[in-house]
Amino acid sequence: MAPVYEPWDAIRGAEIIAEHTHLEGATLVILHALQEAFGYVPEPAIPMMAQALNLSRAEVHGVFTFYHDFRHEPAGRHLLKLCRAEACQAAGGDALVARAEAKLGIAMGNTTADRRVTLEPIYCLGLCATAPSAMLDGRVVGRLDEVRIDALVAETQR
Amino acid sequence: MSLRIFVPRDAGAVAVGADEVALALEMAASKVDVEIEIVRNGSRGMYWLEPLIEVATPQGRVGFGPVTESDVNSVLNAMISDGAHPLRLGVTDEIPWLKRQTRLTFARCGIIDPRSVEDYRAHDGYKGLERALTLTSDAILADVTASGLRGRGGAGFPTGIKWKTVAQTSGEQKYIVCNADEGDSGTFADRMIMEGDPFVVIEGMTIAGITVGATKGYVYIRSEYPHAVEAMNVAIAAAKRAGYLGARIGGSAHSFDLEVRVGAGAYVCGEETSLLESLEGRRGLVRAKPPLPAHKGLFGKPTVINNVLSFAAIPFILAGGAKAYADFGMGRSRGTMPIQLAGNVKFGGLFEIAFGITLGELVDDIGGGTFTGRPVRAVQVGGPLGAYFPRALFDTPFDYEAFAARDGLIGHGGIVIFDDSVDMAKQARFAMEFCAIESCGKCTPCRIGSTRGVETIDKIRAGERVMENIAVIEDLCNTMKFGSLCALGGFTPYPVSSALKHFREDFGPTPTRLEAAE
Repeated sequence: MAPVYEPWDAIRGAEIIAEHTHLEGATLVILHALQEAFGYVPEPAIPMMAQALNLSRAEVHGVFTFYHDFRHEPAGRHLLKLCRAEACQAAGGDALVARAEAKLGIAMGNTTADRRVTLEPIYCLGLCATAPSAMLDGRVVGRLDEVRIDALVAETQR
Repeated sequence: MSLRIFVPRDAGAVAVGADEVALALEMAASKVDVEIEIVRNGSRGMYWLEPLIEVATPQGRVGFGPVTESDVNSVLNAMISDGAHPLRLGVTDEIPWLKRQTRLTFARCGIIDPRSVEDYRAHDGYKGLERALTLTSDAILADVTASGLRGRGGAGFPTGIKWKTVAQTSGEQKYIVCNADEGDSGTFADRMIMEGDPFVVIEGMTIAGITVGATKGYVYIRSEYPHAVEAMNVAIAAAKRAGYLGARIGGSAHSFDLEVRVGAGAYVCGEETSLLESLEGRRGLVRAKPPLPAHKGLFGKPTVINNVLSFAAIPFILAGGAKAYADFGMGRSRGTMPIQLAGNVKFGGLFEIAFGITLGELVDDIGGGTFTGRPVRAVQVGGPLGAYFPRALFDTPFDYEAFAARDGLIGHGGIVIFDDSVDMAKQARFAMEFCAIESCGKCTPCRIGSTRGVETIDKIRAGERVMENIAVIEDLCNTMKFGSLCALGGFTPYPVSSALKHFREDFGPTPTRLEAAE
């Protein structure tokens, strides 16, 4: 199931920020909450966060850009993450990554032109004894083989 | 009739269809008019058998696996009639792979309902805390020290000394931080215990809190583990309701509260000072030590920061098990280690056993070699920063010092197995590439060295001035090892140098002799 996100709205953004400002070290918590609501962290939210947390814009921007998870723009409708770490490599993951890239016509880290699917690397889902593994829209899938990777790719096209 | 059936909620089981099996079971039961109670337990750690479902019988829990949706009807019939089935494994506890283990930390994992405080208590849960509440701080520290427990995150620092330092440091506010940023490939023990027995982590952290005088704790879990985040949040709420967290724990004068925080995809945040920065809401830049986190940790306050498995080992130790714990192991590595067998492995999973078992026993006897059936060529022990060992080193005992003596490390206890199709120059390149992706950027050897490392290994793989470039790599590894602030830059040389040392043939031809100069 593809996740559904709200369109960016400054009032809603301010609400989300206000919900968490009382926490110790709230920056990451707020960035997560914004991304969960909007599917990415909209640029206008950065100065709003800075003001609410009494930080500089640069500080908030620095945190936002340090972490791989936070998006500058919405991902495709489906988000397919394939594990690229050693355990999945050992179990033949590289060939499956190449297969998914070929089927979707995009390289890792990109979104298809029709914005249906974003393909991303992930470094370890902790499913190393049922490798290779993947995550599609938050759902974990292990013991990947050609049949299963094809099924995941097909699911993103629905 | 009524049946109690266990279907794991563990992410590793869910990834291979456990949720679908649970749904199908409910459907099937409604058709045959049998009442079933489905308990979503953790995993037993035998991942090649997942989804492994069990039914409670007078003889004990009988397992079936690996079960798919289409097996459910026939498995349910076999459960009802106590009859034969091709997937029937017999009494789960009698499976040799499980029976051969010494499960102290993972004693309850896969057995109890991870959302039920009552079930946890019914299986000896909270005995450690109950005893700790009757002891002085010094007496608890004496137990932790006597157990010989060393930090299970990889560094192996004695837990008793760390706690004592925090206990002796004065401060109005102190913190307990659980490092659940388990980013090493090939490791999943933290995830498993958080999903299968979260209360043991909560209990361990609570004991740490009352020992050092901390009233607040954080569990920092990586975002790649949504199931573990949910399991810990549910368990923390349940522990609060039962009076095991919050004000006046278990009727005592102590207060302790816990909160889960979620990482954001930065591997370096598994390094403790980087994790603290991240918890404070900043970029995960590594801090220079000293000051130690024990003196100036989270928000500058005295902080105990330990790995999930270190906290999870504590309840057994405090429940009167300090000596029993220390009696296991070898040399200065006391107790048990939850070892994780992963990658191209036939029998992959979690194997908890006393230190001292050899690498060869783990890979060949217990792991059963590769699932591809090809010969094992290399294993990487201890995650992306761990060394690659060839078969020639399979006599190495699992022990902090024995691995260090052979230029390796046991890290968090993960073993990734590779068959003979592996290209070790490619693996060395990946180690550098991963370091380049994940470097926090604070120090030059790590930030620049890793990128130069990738480029230089590319040249070697292309056959360009192989000998000179290998010398460059060796020199670069030396610089990274001794010039980096933390283990990311400092340990990336382990996989690279070990690949070069033990698998030199993968890096291009070695000239047999130098041509005589004219």
